[in-house]
Amino acid sequence: MVEESNVSSLTSQTFIDRLIRENFKFFTGVPCSLLSGLISYLEEIEEVRYIPSVREDSAVGLCAGAYLSGALPVLLMQNSGLGYCLNAFTSLNLIYRIPVLVIMSWRGQGGKDAPEHIIMGDINQKLLETAGMDYSVLKSENCDQVLETAMRKINEEKLPYTLLIEKGLFDERH
Amino acid sequence: MKGTEAFQELLPLLGDEPVVHANGYICRESFALKDREANFYMIGSMGLASSIGLGVALCKPDRKVIVLDGDGNVLMALGTLAMIAAEAPKNLVHVVIDNEVYESTGSQRTLSNSVSLEQIAKSSGYREAVRVDKKEDIKPAFEKMMNSEGPGFLLIKVEPCFDPKTGRVTHTPEEITERFMKSLRPAAGGN
Repeated sequence: MVEESNVSSLTSQTFIDRLIRENFKFFTGVPCSLLSGLISYLEEIEEVRYIPSVREDSAVGLCAGAYLSGALPVLLMQNSGLGYCLNAFTSLNLIYRIPVLVIMSWRGQGGKDAPEHIIMGDINQKLLETAGMDYSVLKSENCDQVLETAMRKINEEKLPYTLLIEKGLFDERH
Repeated sequence: MKGTEAFQELLPLLGDEPVVHANGYICRESFALKDREANFYMIGSMGLASSIGLGVALCKPDRKVIVLDGDGNVLMALGTLAMIAAEAPKNLVHVVIDNEVYESTGSQRTLSNSVSLEQIAKSSGYREAVRVDKKEDIKPAFEKMMNSEGPGFLLIKVEPCFDPKTGRVTHTPEEITERFMKSLRPAAGGN
């Protein structure tokens, strides 16, 4: 079955290739070690560019500009950046109907991480829910289904969608 | 020169270029003087006009893209100047109306009275960064920048003159998105 074959095949490479097939062409973000494999692969390939942003809210703006110009954008960031860009999401994306696919590492999940990640790890999902930002926790086995939901949100409702990435889902490159 | 006079000089020089507006005074004054389909009025998300404009410039390399910014917005997102300098889009012109105050919230002072924004832009790596103090210098400076390779940074020093009775942008945010995107599509004369 398709679902079963994806369990073993979700890697940084297959995931980014899949996003490119979904027509995402514009990638930017602020790094996290949990996303380092994804960003390394983006820097290696020719088809798309990865643009380093200096802050997560600048990355939200950059993605908004890309979308307004007809390109589907992806924003990679650590959940610590959610605090920096919550106002950008609420006063730009949500009210203007400017979608973006957010790939957000879930640091501090389950209280097991460095001290600076614990509180955000705990409130991460609640913050997204409170702001009216739909999300899913991406897993190898739900990738197809979650991307289908994300694409519906982005293409039909024209709203952002967040994929939370747990530690260990993608390879880390240091 | 008063802020309004700077807009009165600048706005007739625009063709069909997309113009991303900073929130507050910039949006309201520009909308009150001359509404355009290709204006993106950013009514919230302070600081992000420059990054939105950078995104448009990178995805529409054949269109000249203008960011109409304010000093408060630039100071809030100084890091974006580094992003613009690093990406170096040739088609981006960054115009800053610098009144040295947060005008639409009651004219509290910013830092641009003592910090030179055009020098920050220049040392970040903008191809050109020019400061203009006189009304008659706006047209030649802007036209030169529009005809040169960017990114360019045009700082226009003005005196605050905002009339709080000036209305807000009356289009809904969704309408702003729709008409701005329409103005950027190829059928509308773009690339």
